[in-house]
Amino acid sequence: MTPAIVVRDLVKRYGDLVAVNGVSFEVGDGEFFGILGPNGAGKTTTLEMIEGLREPDSGTVEILGQSPYPRNSALLSRIGVQLQASAFFERLTAREQISTFAALYDLPSTRSDELLEMVGLTDKAGTRTEKLSGGQAQRLAIACALIQDPQVVFLDEPSAALDPQARRNLWEVLREINSRGKTVVLTTHYMDEAENLCDRVAIMDAGEILRLGPPAELVRGLDAPVRISVEHGMLSEPAARQMLADLPGADVDRPDTVEEDISSIIITTTRPSPVLSELAARDALAGLQVRGATLEDVFLDLTGREYRA
Amino acid sequence: MRAFSALSVAIFKGLLRDRETLFFTLVFPLFFIILFGSIFGGSSPSAQKVVRVGDVAILDALPADAMAELGKIIEFQGPEPLEQALDEVRSGDVAAAVEQVGDRIVLHVSAADQVKAATVTGVFNGLVNESNLAVAGVVTAKFSLDTAQVEDESLTAVQWVAPGMIGYGIAIGATFGAAMTLVTWREKKVLRRLRLAPVPTSSIVGSRVMVSLGVALVQLVIFIGVAMLPFLGLQLRGAWYMAIPLVICGTLAFLSIGLVVGAVAKTAEGASALANLITLPMAFLSGAFIPLDAAPSWIGATAKVLPMGHLVSGLQDVLVRGQSASSALVPMAILLGFAVVLVGIATRLFRWDNT
Ligand SMILES: Nc1ncnc2c1ncn2[C@@H]1O[C@H](COP(=O)(O)OP(=O)(O)O)[C@@H](O)[C@H]1O
Ligand SMILES: [Mg+2]
Repeated sequence: MTPAIVVRDLVKRYGDLVAVNGVSFEVGDGEFFGILGPNGAGKTTTLEMIEGLREPDSGTVEILGQSPYPRNSALLSRIGVQLQASAFFERLTAREQISTFAALYDLPSTRSDELLEMVGLTDKAGTRTEKLSGGQAQRLAIACALIQDPQVVFLDEPSAALDPQARRNLWEVLREINSRGKTVVLTTHYMDEAENLCDRVAIMDAGEILRLGPPAELVRGLDAPVRISVEHGMLSEPAARQMLADLPGADVDRPDTVEEDISSIIITTTRPSPVLSELAARDALAGLQVRGATLEDVFLDLTGREYRA
Repeated sequence: MRAFSALSVAIFKGLLRDRETLFFTLVFPLFFIILFGSIFGGSSPSAQKVVRVGDVAILDALPADAMAELGKIIEFQGPEPLEQALDEVRSGDVAAAVEQVGDRIVLHVSAADQVKAATVTGVFNGLVNESNLAVAGVVTAKFSLDTAQVEDESLTAVQWVAPGMIGYGIAIGATFGAAMTLVTWREKKVLRRLRLAPVPTSSIVGSRVMVSLGVALVQLVIFIGVAMLPFLGLQLRGAWYMAIPLVICGTLAFLSIGLVVGAVAKTAEGASALANLITLPMAFLSGAFIPLDAAPSWIGATAKVLPMGHLVSGLQDVLVRGQSASSALVPMAILLGFAVVLVGIATRLFRWDNT
């Protein structure tokens, strides 16, 4: 598989601040790639160097075999970009924005309504962009990034400022784009977004990529304990401790723990299978919840810090 | 081509929907044309009515061609008896009554209309001086009137207000238009987005130039049209059609100033302040607001180095001073020169982005 994007040793400094410090990765053709990290991690700077908006201090970028910097018109019609801050012409309606952007790619405005429908803005077609909500503007910006049917799409925090329902809708749109064979590169500070959408995720912090891989693999690699919560009444706290002590095969380095909160007993264990079998044998499965590790735990493990977007 | 026209349309729609900018490019100059034009009595046609009282020998002695020139600014009536003539002056029906008593010329004017009074007095002063010189044998007895001088004296308020305000209106329209587009597009990240689309920069700049030229020509038509309404009474004299190429060159010059302002300023407020700081004093120093004849001579000298000075005096020449078409060529060349130099500067200062 030929990579759509090859990034080698990108470095960008703003004065004394090293915003991006030696970032390298490849994105495969048709892949859904995520850059995940807290604010200030260097995601936007990395993305803008790839798009050709910023000149790297050092390092190289290739998109579809070409260098994006300096401005490369041949490449520009094959990539679509949604910038972190929406960029619209003043006082034009949503439909006028799309047809203006279409003309910039030398295309007729025949697809305007289709694109508006795709991002769920049909009823806002005649509304000026100044009057759109943050989420609506974000979706319009995405529609504007897709006008020329680009091979590679860059999205910088597309779901920022969206309410949960709007985020789900957006995810559907992005999955659909990706399923049509487009390479999608997205930055996000939402763990669940990266987990849900991306084939591979680069976890970024302080200008560096800490770990890169499929979300499930990153979590599995963590070998983190599983949290099992059992409803009160199914099992008392002392009974739970006794049960765990009686089970063979305890991990001496990471012993099981038992906590209690208002509604349940929470068992944290590195050997979920025998624990769950034993609970089943005791007929204590009603209301049971199992929660494995998430990318949040991966971030905590990598940085020693709680993840705070 | 598609990108060029779509950008032009986008800019134009943005402008039409922007009340504030529309106000300053159209309503504001128009307001001054109407205000000054009507306050300072442009209501009468430029020929002032003067009624003769009895025989006025000095007028009868004028040769026919001189009388014809004089007729362009003064319409003689009468003769009438003195009392009746004075009544007409008092009521404002005529600008003055003139009588000759021996070799003394007596001009009766009303203090109520200073502009009319001054115009007529000026003309008769000239006449009397020339007659006296003739009698003293300094020049031959043939009276001659210098057309240009007479016409200058006869510039009624609207005649100088209109070209000045047209020049000013077009200058601020072009300056603000270009500066605001550049700054807001940079501030709102539209420039970065354009940078990511395969549009040549020439289409981006070209579309802005196109819209500015269109706006300037619309301004020209509206301003002249309104100034020519009967109650203002602008009269076009000379190669007025040369105002079109003049305005095009002026627009290019001021658009380039706007591009420099837009390249330097970081915010829309900053750009607006800077553009005002440049165009307002320039308007005063260029004779757009006050006639240069009435201003100290250093202002006249300053006007000669400012683009607005050339735009305004060029417009005055072809619109109201009766100058020939070729008189517009020098100001046009100078304005284009400004445009070339300023575009060069603006290109060097250009930034896609604030950071
Ligand atoms: N134009 C700039 N000038 C100076 N510092 C900047 C600039 N852009 C970003 N930074 C700094 O670089 C770091 C990375 O920023 P950014 O790439 O925007 O991070 P992210 O997108 O992950 O939030 C931050 O510390 C930010 O403050
Ligand atoms: Mg960012």
